[in-house]
Amino acid sequence: MTFELNPGLLLIVGGVLLPLLRPGLRLVWMLALPVLGAYLLWHAPEGNHMPFEAFGVPLELYRVDSLSRIFGYIFLLATFLGGIYAAHLKNPLEPSAALVYAGAAVGAVFSGDLVSLFVFWELTALASVFLIWARGTERAFHTGMRYLVVQVGSGVVLLAGLLVRWQETGSVAFDHIGIDSVGGVLILIAFGVKCAFPLLHNWLQDAYPEATPTGTVILSAFTTKLAVYALARGYAGTDLLIWIGALMTAFPIFFAVIENDLRRVLAYSLNNQLGFMVVGVGIGTELALNGTAAHAFTHILYKALLFMSMGAVLHRVGTTLGTELGGLYKSMPWTTGFCIVGAASISGVPLFSGFVSKSMILSSAAYEGHYIVWGVLLFASAGVFHHSGIKIPFFAFYAHDSGKRPREAPGNMLLAMALTAVLCVGIGVWPSALYALLPYATDYIPYTDSHVLSQVQLLLFSALAFTVLMRTGIYPPELRSTNLDTEWFYRRLGRNLARGISNAIALGYAVALELVAYELRRLVATLRRQYGPGGVLARTWTTSGMVLWVAAMLGAYLVFYLV
Amino acid sequence: MKSPQERPRWLDAKENVTKVARALYVVCALAVLADLIIHRHAEVGADAFFGFYGLYGFIGSVFLVLAAKQLRKLLKRSEDYYDV
Repeated sequence: MTFELNPGLLLIVGGVLLPLLRPGLRLVWMLALPVLGAYLLWHAPEGNHMPFEAFGVPLELYRVDSLSRIFGYIFLLATFLGGIYAAHLKNPLEPSAALVYAGAAVGAVFSGDLVSLFVFWELTALASVFLIWARGTERAFHTGMRYLVVQVGSGVVLLAGLLVRWQETGSVAFDHIGIDSVGGVLILIAFGVKCAFPLLHNWLQDAYPEATPTGTVILSAFTTKLAVYALARGYAGTDLLIWIGALMTAFPIFFAVIENDLRRVLAYSLNNQLGFMVVGVGIGTELALNGTAAHAFTHILYKALLFMSMGAVLHRVGTTLGTELGGLYKSMPWTTGFCIVGAASISGVPLFSGFVSKSMILSSAAYEGHYIVWGVLLFASAGVFHHSGIKIPFFAFYAHDSGKRPREAPGNMLLAMALTAVLCVGIGVWPSALYALLPYATDYIPYTDSHVLSQVQLLLFSALAFTVLMRTGIYPPELRSTNLDTEWFYRRLGRNLARGISNAIALGYAVALELVAYELRRLVATLRRQYGPGGVLARTWTTSGMVLWVAAMLGAYLVFYLV
Repeated sequence: MKSPQERPRWLDAKENVTKVARALYVVCALAVLADLIIHRHAEVGADAFFGFYGLYGFIGSVFLVLAAKQLRKLLKRSEDYYDV
């Protein structure tokens, strides 16, 4: 078959049409489209398809190569799994927005030029915000507005960058870009916002925990991994990214330890996992880029699984605050089990998916002599086990019994979690299937005695640390609180500055108004004195007086005439 | 909500939790001792030392938690901090 169509466009059009369908058909539609998209991709040969020209600029709407293909597959798979997870929804808004959002992300991955990339880039922002607004609370509305400002802002920077680059090089092709030009730096900033680089990261922890249970599962898959893909395409081998990535793996985990909302904990750990991928891009060897692609693939699955399990808790209990949960394993045993599979995968337990992908990035850091970075990544690996691997399942399902006995998750949620869990274990046990999809051919072997033993030791002793700290009471308890992060600059400082400026303007305006009023009153008083009743110029004069004055004037005239 | 007739679970008993913890201590000891049998191929050099990964994992995790605890003093605000 030679029907070559970017699967992203299929999903976007399908998503727009979805609300028009009968409710019974919507689920079939939602699941059939990603399958059809994957079929199209399977049969698409490598190369640039769907070329066309707009305003004299050649565009490539469907570039298939080994890098875009693996991201295309995992995005379509995530759409499918997210569709099952959201099958119980009656309102078509969320599935429709999810399809358009996923389609925009797939479309962006297959964009061969920066202009198409920009269009899809902005569409991901516009479509995805509905997954936050669908929560229906005022809080979610405000969060959505902040999210939109950041996401659309990233697109605006991308547009500026691509225009500058067009001026610099005369081309808008989306290949290696690098940071040796102004355009390249601008585009890196645009990618960095979506990838949640340190200090640009806080939109993620702000927005994802405020979306609907189903919406967060979808959100967690696309935006940030699209940014990882874009970095791998444009900035592979950029040394700066090694350090940015290492920082990203380390600092969010401190916040994750003290965060109470378990979905926000997952958002911090998402940020930390992105760091591993960014390090891989920065190292830029074939092994490292393979590691980045593989880690993006496994990460989308286990992160979705973790968000699904917490979504099920939110759906049943109405909260994911650690302080409100505990002991849920008694009434939600399946959800507990699936959550533990996700936790084992993100922690890189051997035989689970994270192990076979993260090892590649750590190995490549060691092979290239980045020993400090390797040490940071190892610390972050222990840390991620600590806050995601243990903390999430422990505080939600075990810890002290909250007395809550919610029903087990709905059947469709359980099915979605089961399928995702099977994939997590399957990739961990048979990594060769995943490795065959990677951008470069590889003979990497994750299961050596050394690797397995060192990872097992690392994880066991992290668990030991948790146990000891927990049993000695040193471990910080979950507390109902807000922890400050960079959002403080715009949610508090920025807001107060804006309020201060607006108050100052209001005060200045009032003073100015008062001054004008005072001057006007004085003017009116003067006029009144001169022209008002009793004023000099408005006085009534007597007839006899006037006759006397006329007689005097005539007398004076006579005198002048005679002289 | 919890019903009064609910049967107690194995983990509800404190002594069983202690058993789990002790089992972990034993497994940790075994994992380090495995270094004597399996020759680990060093990735960066320093990690060739006996029990390197165990020590790194333990110290790293304790540091993470204690540092985060200090961080909380600096960053903790009331839950409605941004709402007022």
